Amino acid sequence: MKKTVLNARRLLCPLPVIRVQNTVKNLGTGEILEVVCTDPGALSDIPTWCRINGHRVITSRSEHDEYIITLEVGDGAVQPAR
Amino acid sequence: MQQRKAVALISGGLDSMLAARVVQEQGVHVEGINFFTGFCVEGHTHAIRKKDKAKSKRNSALWVAEQLGIQLHIIDIIEEYKDVVINPKHGYGAHLNPCLDCKIFMVAKANEWRRDNAFDFILTGEVIGQRPMSQRKETMPVVAGESGADDLLLRPLCAKNLPPTLPEREGWIDRDALYDFSGRSRKPQMALATAFGFEDYSQPAGGCCFLTDEHYSDKLADLWRARGSREYELDDIMLLKVGRHLRPRPNFKMIIAREEGETKFLKGYRKAFTSMNPVSHSGPLVLIDGDPTEDDLKLAASLTARYSQGREAETVEVEVVRDGVSRRLVVPPMPAHKIPPEWHI
Repeated sequence: MKKTVLNARRLLCPLPVIRVQNTVKNLGTGEILEVVCTDPGALSDIPTWCRINGHRVITSRSEHDEYIITLEVGDGAVQPAR
Repeated sequence: MQQRKAVALISGGLDSMLAARVVQEQGVHVEGINFFTGFCVEGHTHAIRKKDKAKSKRNSALWVAEQLGIQLHIIDIIEEYKDVVINPKHGYGAHLNPCLDCKIFMVAKANEWRRDNAFDFILTGEVIGQRPMSQRKETMPVVAGESGADDLLLRPLCAKNLPPTLPEREGWIDRDALYDFSGRSRKPQMALATAFGFEDYSQPAGGCCFLTDEHYSDKLADLWRARGSREYELDDIMLLKVGRHLRPRPNFKMIIAREEGETKFLKGYRKAFTSMNPVSHSGPLVLIDGDPTEDDLKLAASLTARYSQGREAETVEVEVVRDGVSRRLVVPPMPAHKIPPEWHI
């Protein structure tokens, strides 16, 4: 499966989320995106963004003051608003 | 019957959360939009400052969207927003906050998004009388008119105090199920939150924008004065949120880290600035913004020493890195009483 790596180091939230959002627009369903961040807020914000937009976080880990989140792009289908 | 679609401006606060839910309750498909100006208080200072590490890092707008079960589109408007901050047609509030121009701009951007995505109308959590500059009876039509949204802009929480909008006239929305909130009281919103089962929500005390903060605005005004032009880049406005700022002379300013989290953040900017840090004693990382002379650097080093653990020592050795070249200065720490209050920005 094709994997894209996004460098979001030194960006403070919500900029990492915005970069993920804009990158995912150009990826197809099932493609993998690995995001490398330094803002710990990304550990909460990127998974939340994925949940509300129909994507899936595969792994999330910390390494030497960096946070690496790997997600699988969904088909855009999300739970319908009430 | 065709399901109508509305785009909701979601700030992360209670009002926009309630407004979106009111419209969802009427069977409308709602998606959220949130704008990042660079001045948003959300998250930044928590991320930078180590002492705030225990606080929740959640982004309120994303959290609200999840509670509502809606998609959220976060839009970077940093570049376009500069003109709003630099040339606000309706002027500033108490500080450098261009609240009315900001609201008009955001509604206009939401209206662009609405058109591009074939949504039917826009909704906001505005309440008449809630904010002294941007949410008054007289400004409601100004926002609708100057943004170009006109009667496609619905304010569900105070709609009954305003003329019916197109969604109401066309029957997409039942006006009787909207609200007539007004004034600064939060009680009606809190009661509605309880009715909807919302127990946890953001209650921002000083707004969600750094421009409403007096100290932040003072630092931005100082930056503009020192540069002789009212311009800024994202890095400039991020750095105004971090550290202690001192301007000992007109041609340079010092940004002094106050704790470990700020030191770590400022380290990312060392290549772009002259920097200093005490080496004979522990002490802060300092960035020098401007064009200091050799004499200025000695003054800055003695101030850096003042904020180090060597403040009581006779001398402190300070490393100075300028244009990638490192050297050391041995200076006496400046006594606290010799630092004029006006140096603090």
